[in-house]
Amino acid sequence: MSFADQLLAFLYAAILASVPLLYGTLGEILIEKAGNLNLGVEGMMYLGAIMGFMGGFLFDSAVMAIVFAFAAGMLGAAVYAFITVTLKANQNVTGLTLTIFGTGIANFIGETLKENYPAGSAFISDHVKQALLPLRFGALSEVPVIGRLFFNHSVFTYLAVAIAIAMSLYLSRSRQGLNLRAVGENPSAADAMGIHVSRYKYIHILIGGGICGLGGAYISLVTAVGNWQPNIVAGQGWIALALVIFSSWSPARAIFGSLVFGALSVLRLYIPKDVIDIPGAIFSMLPFVVTCLVLIFSSMKMKRENQQPAGCGINYFREER
Amino acid sequence: MPKQLPLSRLHIVQRGDLSAVQTWLYRLLAVLGALATGGLFLLALRFNPFEVYWTMLSGSLGSSSMQKETIKLMIPLCLATLGIVLAFKMKFWNIGGEGQICAGAIAASYFAYFHNGLPSPILLIVMALAAILAGGLWGLIPALFKTRFGTNETLFTLMLNYIILNFITYLRESPWRNPEGGFAAMPRFTRQARLPELPIPGIGNVHIGWVVMLALVIFMFIYLRYTRQGYELTVVGENMNTARYAGMPVKKIMLRTMFLSAGICGLVGMLQVAGPDRQLTDAVANGRGFTAVSIAWLARLSPIGVMVVSFLFSVVQKGCSMMQTEYRIPASMSDILQGIILFFVLSSEFFIRYRIALRKEAKA
Repeated sequence: MSFADQLLAFLYAAILASVPLLYGTLGEILIEKAGNLNLGVEGMMYLGAIMGFMGGFLFDSAVMAIVFAFAAGMLGAAVYAFITVTLKANQNVTGLTLTIFGTGIANFIGETLKENYPAGSAFISDHVKQALLPLRFGALSEVPVIGRLFFNHSVFTYLAVAIAIAMSLYLSRSRQGLNLRAVGENPSAADAMGIHVSRYKYIHILIGGGICGLGGAYISLVTAVGNWQPNIVAGQGWIALALVIFSSWSPARAIFGSLVFGALSVLRLYIPKDVIDIPGAIFSMLPFVVTCLVLIFSSMKMKRENQQPAGCGINYFREER
Repeated sequence: MPKQLPLSRLHIVQRGDLSAVQTWLYRLLAVLGALATGGLFLLALRFNPFEVYWTMLSGSLGSSSMQKETIKLMIPLCLATLGIVLAFKMKFWNIGGEGQICAGAIAASYFAYFHNGLPSPILLIVMALAAILAGGLWGLIPALFKTRFGTNETLFTLMLNYIILNFITYLRESPWRNPEGGFAAMPRFTRQARLPELPIPGIGNVHIGWVVMLALVIFMFIYLRYTRQGYELTVVGENMNTARYAGMPVKKIMLRTMFLSAGICGLVGMLQVAGPDRQLTDAVANGRGFTAVSIAWLARLSPIGVMVVSFLFSVVQKGCSMMQTEYRIPASMSDILQGIILFFVLSSEFFIRYRIALRKEAKA
């Protein structure tokens, strides 16, 4: 393969690897904008991964897979929202618990499938897989380079970009979006303005969870091509949490950020051994090392508009003002 | 007064009228509720929940060999949680116990692999000290940036977990790989680098980690309650400004506490490789750093509470592995049960802190 082909293949693989990260990041941005820090992204992605898989498996339909994944992520988020918003419990611990719980549920169902289908595991039918193959845009997909990079993806990829753009407009242009930001920055001021704080929190935490669930479905249906494997999400939810900081709570920058991290995670496969021979495990550290650097640099420069919503992590209790 | 809808007459008020016994009663109720929910889950899978729970109990405590296994699970959980408690008391969210355990394990294993000519007691002491130092330094990195720039420690400690975990994989794949093994694994420790065993009355021989655990529970109880350092870190956790006005060196306290917190986790790594594992593997931490966070919270950061809760969690873990062999219920049931228990106890806190009251009837 020529160098140009190699580069093209690398960029394409980077886009594929960035999609689940983008979903996780977008979901968490929406949740944090509502003033809640949810460490359960990994758990919600697991829930989406297994239920998306089950939806596709049981109903033999890609649409059901997506619906199930979204609903599963939402359900996980609903538990989190009830405990943190209504019952005002510690957000850190609740989020971590959601991760433990979601991971447990996903691996549990996955194992049970394996037991019941001795052929190795349950598989998604070709019919469903076909629906999730890269879409074709006629002549556009045939254009060299551009066709390959941009018009050759599964429906998941375009949906993620669409969500990012929609969310960006929603947060900056719509009344509800501005209200939401008020809730995240200063809930008591928002409350005084007549905004229903709890309702805003619930709606956005739930939708955010659903979006995280879609990222999980991408992992089990597209990345793993419909073969369930234990521990399938493997820390991508945590990277998404870091990406929220990397993209400084902006859905548009999240597209760029997840591309960078997607590229980092596949880089190892595309660097010829005779150029740089770095062991695979060291390469696998890269996304996490870069995240640490991002955390450090973003805390050093402290730009006011690029910070975490001020109310994030603190529960709002009206009578405690 | 404006007319009110009936529902809006319900409102939440804070209460301070519960005694310690009552609060623990609420938490006990929450745990029972969680077990009942787990039972419904089992029932949905067509298992008899009573039988399954009984198997869990007898499978973790039924015989002395099972009790030994449960204690072996408890030692690292309890110790790691004690470490985490120190940081949490200071409201420093150390989610990096996992990585600090790995750091300690690597440092201890270095001496076990390359300096095993030393006499056993000296070698073990060197391994323990190296583990405390390595774990402590690994935890000091996020603390340094937190005190200097206010860097978010929750995510920083979390990322460090994955970095060091990959480093163990790297060691396993090339430099420390056992050349004789068929697949990539690290060699077993020689006899000098293995922890001696001591009998627990009524149970039998368990590696010496249990003594360390008991000693550290007592030490931590005294440290937090009766020493100046323990007092200082509690004040920093409760109100940083108060600590500053009182003239406490806040940065120094944070760094010192975080070093200790992570150092204890590092020691867990050493006890694990030199105790039950007898070699360095990438499963040395095996999620304990995360479980420790939940235990620390459930135990309300009290050292005695940590011992009780980590014992209960070990029973659940050992019991769930028994459940797997007996009923072929996947061992991930343990994660699910832990999750449900935590959700319930988290919810119960609300009813401990607040009560729902009815506003007086508004006059039209």
